Amino acid sequence: MFEINNLNVYYGVIHALRDVSLKINQGEIVTLIGSNGAGKTTTLRAISGITPSKSGEIKFMDENIEKAKTMQIVKSGISQVPEGRRIFPDMSVLENLQMGAYLRKDKEEIRQDLEQVYLRFPRLKDRRTQLAGTLSGGEQQMLAMGRALMAKPKLLLLDEPSMGLSPVLVQEIFQIIKDINKTGTTILLVEQNAHMALSIANRAYILETGEITMSGDASELAQSDAVRKAYLGG
Amino acid sequence: MEQFLQQMINGISIGSIYALVALGYTMVYGIIKLINFAHGDVMMIGAYVGYACVALFNIPFIPSMLIAMVVCSILGVIIERVAYKPLRNAQRITVLITAIGVSFLLEYVMMYFVGATSKTYPQGALGAGKLSLGALSINVEQVYVITTTIIMMIVLQYIIKRTKLGKAMRAVSSDQDAAQLMGISVDRTISFTFILGSSLAAVAGVMLGAMYTISPLMGVQPGLKAFVAAVFGGIGSIPGAMLGGILLGLIETLVSAYLSSSYKDAVAFAILIIVLIVRPAGILGKNVREKV
Repeated sequence: MFEINNLNVYYGVIHALRDVSLKINQGEIVTLIGSNGAGKTTTLRAISGITPSKSGEIKFMDENIEKAKTMQIVKSGISQVPEGRRIFPDMSVLENLQMGAYLRKDKEEIRQDLEQVYLRFPRLKDRRTQLAGTLSGGEQQMLAMGRALMAKPKLLLLDEPSMGLSPVLVQEIFQIIKDINKTGTTILLVEQNAHMALSIANRAYILETGEITMSGDASELAQSDAVRKAYLGG
Repeated sequence: MEQFLQQMINGISIGSIYALVALGYTMVYGIIKLINFAHGDVMMIGAYVGYACVALFNIPFIPSMLIAMVVCSILGVIIERVAYKPLRNAQRITVLITAIGVSFLLEYVMMYFVGATSKTYPQGALGAGKLSLGALSINVEQVYVITTTIIMMIVLQYIIKRTKLGKAMRAVSSDQDAAQLMGISVDRTISFTFILGSSLAAVAGVMLGAMYTISPLMGVQPGLKAFVAAVFGGIGSIPGAMLGGILLGLIETLVSAYLSSSYKDAVAFAILIIVLIVRPAGILGKNVREKV
């Protein structure tokens, strides 16, 4: 349903992504693993149309979207939970969720999806009138995910959802990611926490200094020596 | 006591004008981090449009004000599209200098067309006479100014808090990339901000023009004062701009009344300096450290 072919992104003279190609099938969880500065966030920003690409193509549901505006990309069904959550701190939890549904018109459907998000994240319901900036890190991550789900995405991009969270919360968030996937949303998960990411993903790509160096089944990669050494602590 | 109350009313009415203009400064700053120095001149254009409607075409006052709002909104959007948008990724100082350039452009193009001499709205355009409240006598003009400002602020609060575009505006102000990821068009939201700010400036211009006189340079002084008010209240904060405007109007009026009117500008700018030293974020501003 989604593929990237030979994508190149530059920041000024810095060649941030070199001929990156990857493919995601309907219903999969695919993870993109790499260390700091490998280009994971750049890949997601390029997919969402925030960082322009120099060459290559991005195809979603058989349409080329590499030149499309972010608004059109969101409308076509790709939502992103950005790195560091990036919730709107001065807006209430409810308002944050409403912003997620910004491009949708059907009020009744939006209301139902809001109920769904509240069911998935009961803590958000309790805190719906609270300013988002007052939430804890884990709650902010849930809010950021709930906000992205409010757009009813076909493909959900998650950028480092485990960042800054306690191991217990990381478990909880990854369980939720699995649940979201089970309800039919395809997921591209970017992570530094390779262990967790490989444990829930179907397939994985490894990104090193802007290049895909390895790819394959998540369970196979988790066994490979190179991956174990570099990302799983031996 | 009566004199004091009287002065308070004078202060609130001039403060209302500052507040209306300050709102434009603060909203534009909130969204594109630019001190739009041309904003006072947009107010001046509003005053002239209102004058043309009232004095030349005999249109009643309120419709004239609405026309001025529409014209200034369009002008504000054009200024943003032509002068500021191409500089979206430029250094801030570049955009600031451009804003000053736009300010001069508006002032002197206007002077070329209407001349440098000042004009006055027809007598009693904004209502004439006085209302007596016990020993107090309030100019009808002032009642209109204060009421109009209150209405404008309620409408503005409603737009910002409750409407989709208003929420989009807050989202873009707080995090442009995240707002884009929601599918919000940043360009459209910025245009909308200029529409709101410029139409408030038009209201201020028409009322100021009707109370005093109009000239192509009439926007300079109130524009600077409104800027002081916005910084005073906390630049980027909407309640801050309202409060800052009213307080500045009050302080100025009380200084003129009890000290000397020649000190009022000195006091206004002294306040700016003190605020910048003591509380750089302003009264209601948040102390946000600049992201590097």
